Amino acid sequence: MLKPVRAKPSRPSAQRSRAGLKQRLRNYFALHFHVLTTTLAQLGRSLGGNLMTIMVIGIALALPATLHVFLSKVDSLGASWQTSAQVSLFLQAKLPAQGLAGLTTELNSWPEIGSLEYISPEQALEEFKKTSGLGDALELLDQNPLPGVMLVNPALAFQAPVAVEALRQRLSQRSEVDLAQLDLEWLQRLHGLIRLAERAVLLWGGLLALAVLFIIGNTIRLAIQSRHDEIEVIKLIGGSDGFIRRPFLYNGMWFGLFGGLLAWLLVSVLLVNLDQPVRQLAELYGSNFSLGLVDAKTTLLLLVLGPLFGLLGAWSATGRHLRAIEPS
Amino acid sequence: MIQFSNVSKRYANGFDALKDISLHIAKAEMVFLTGHSGAGKSTLLKMIPLIERPSAGSITIDERPLVRVKRRKIPALRRDIGVIFQDSKLLNERTVFDNVALPLLVSGAHHPREVGRRVRAALDKVGLLQRENDFPVYLSGGERQRVGIARAVVNRPKVLIADEPTGNLDPALSREIMLLFEQFNQVGVTVLIASHDLELIGAMDKRIMVLSKGRLLADQGGLGGA
Repeated sequence: MLKPVRAKPSRPSAQRSRAGLKQRLRNYFALHFHVLTTTLAQLGRSLGGNLMTIMVIGIALALPATLHVFLSKVDSLGASWQTSAQVSLFLQAKLPAQGLAGLTTELNSWPEIGSLEYISPEQALEEFKKTSGLGDALELLDQNPLPGVMLVNPALAFQAPVAVEALRQRLSQRSEVDLAQLDLEWLQRLHGLIRLAERAVLLWGGLLALAVLFIIGNTIRLAIQSRHDEIEVIKLIGGSDGFIRRPFLYNGMWFGLFGGLLAWLLVSVLLVNLDQPVRQLAELYGSNFSLGLVDAKTTLLLLVLGPLFGLLGAWSATGRHLRAIEPS
Repeated sequence: MIQFSNVSKRYANGFDALKDISLHIAKAEMVFLTGHSGAGKSTLLKMIPLIERPSAGSITIDERPLVRVKRRKIPALRRDIGVIFQDSKLLNERTVFDNVALPLLVSGAHHPREVGRRVRAALDKVGLLQRENDFPVYLSGGERQRVGIARAVVNRPKVLIADEPTGNLDPALSREIMLLFEQFNQVGVTVLIASHDLELIGAMDKRIMVLSKGRLLADQGGLGGA
């Protein structure tokens, strides 16, 4: 025979409600932890079936991530070139030695100038002969057509593009200078291309993120359909939409997280494989550029955006499909 | 406890499942609902946890009109009602323990440790404590039904409704199940059971309501009976 449940002696209501809230919060987190671990265990048990989904998500995330990594590397290379920007001063053809000495002394006193290097017309001609392959033709010239060149390296604090341009303009106003040239146009074009490529990667990444949302949404939709009877029973015994949705959301999050991890792994493998040939190519141009490993920002993006897309995809699928299931 | 006032139910296909039903079931009462197939027993039971809503009339439980219960409040209402089905509706991929634990997890009001204690207590009541780790497919019909009852009572509901709970069981097992319901009724749970087994319900000496073609034909015995 069952015994009736006896009521417990009552406590002050404030104390009771505080204790109740604390208990409910503890239960809430305990249940979340329970769902977190059981969904992970379920994913592990049917890993074969879920691996395909994880791989598709991983590849979809890896494509824009790889391009993002490449572009950020090229961008940082461009930035390092920009910091070594030089202004070339082509001096007047008949500048006397005294004028050159005066110019050098004065420019050395300018705070925006870090260092100077003078290339005489003779040195320039010798170098041109060596690099152009026109040595014999140049021998036929009556006189050296090349002017003296002063290479001006801006001081560290004046290496921003605006400051360098201001320096170039100031230098160009000197009477000893025929032409002051800043060789940054090609770099600016490169940066323009990089910006364009970054925008393209962003848009492409957005499309692929949308694809990830649909993949996860569809996977969760199939999971909801396969657990139709279970959902019906849970609704019948008082399961709220939130309770029913919870394991599907965790499933989506796991898919996204493992997809993100796989994407990170794929990008890393790609970088490691390409690093050696890229390094060899860079050495030919006198650069020590290397691809290195996946940077912390990209790693963080993959590990945060993956689960976030998973959650969003699962949320959208459960929102649409759970309402349609009612006990009958 | 449960009050039906002029309740009718017409389905979308035009079929009148219930016609102008009025009844009252008192707290801690045990009532049987009988009648032929299609008499409206299941429809009437489904209206208590709001699986179906009436087309006309009103239903109150504990003086709370069900018509005012919004969709998002239905889960809370259902947590106070234990439901048992002819086919027990157990989840076959979960163990007996997990099936019984489900209403406690759903309510969110119990810590996992407390869940374990209460599930084992419920399984002990129905005599299946030793089967807690088994899956439902390895249980007999009677055992499955007892697990269904344990799941229905584990959250200590105020009302227990059962739709043909002995429909698939032999007479001995059916009597055993009915005695189990009687035990829950004795501790204050209101029990409403739909069954067409007149011999079985006749032997229980409880109030019996007879439905026929959606109408309440007879109401015999008990507190609210004629």
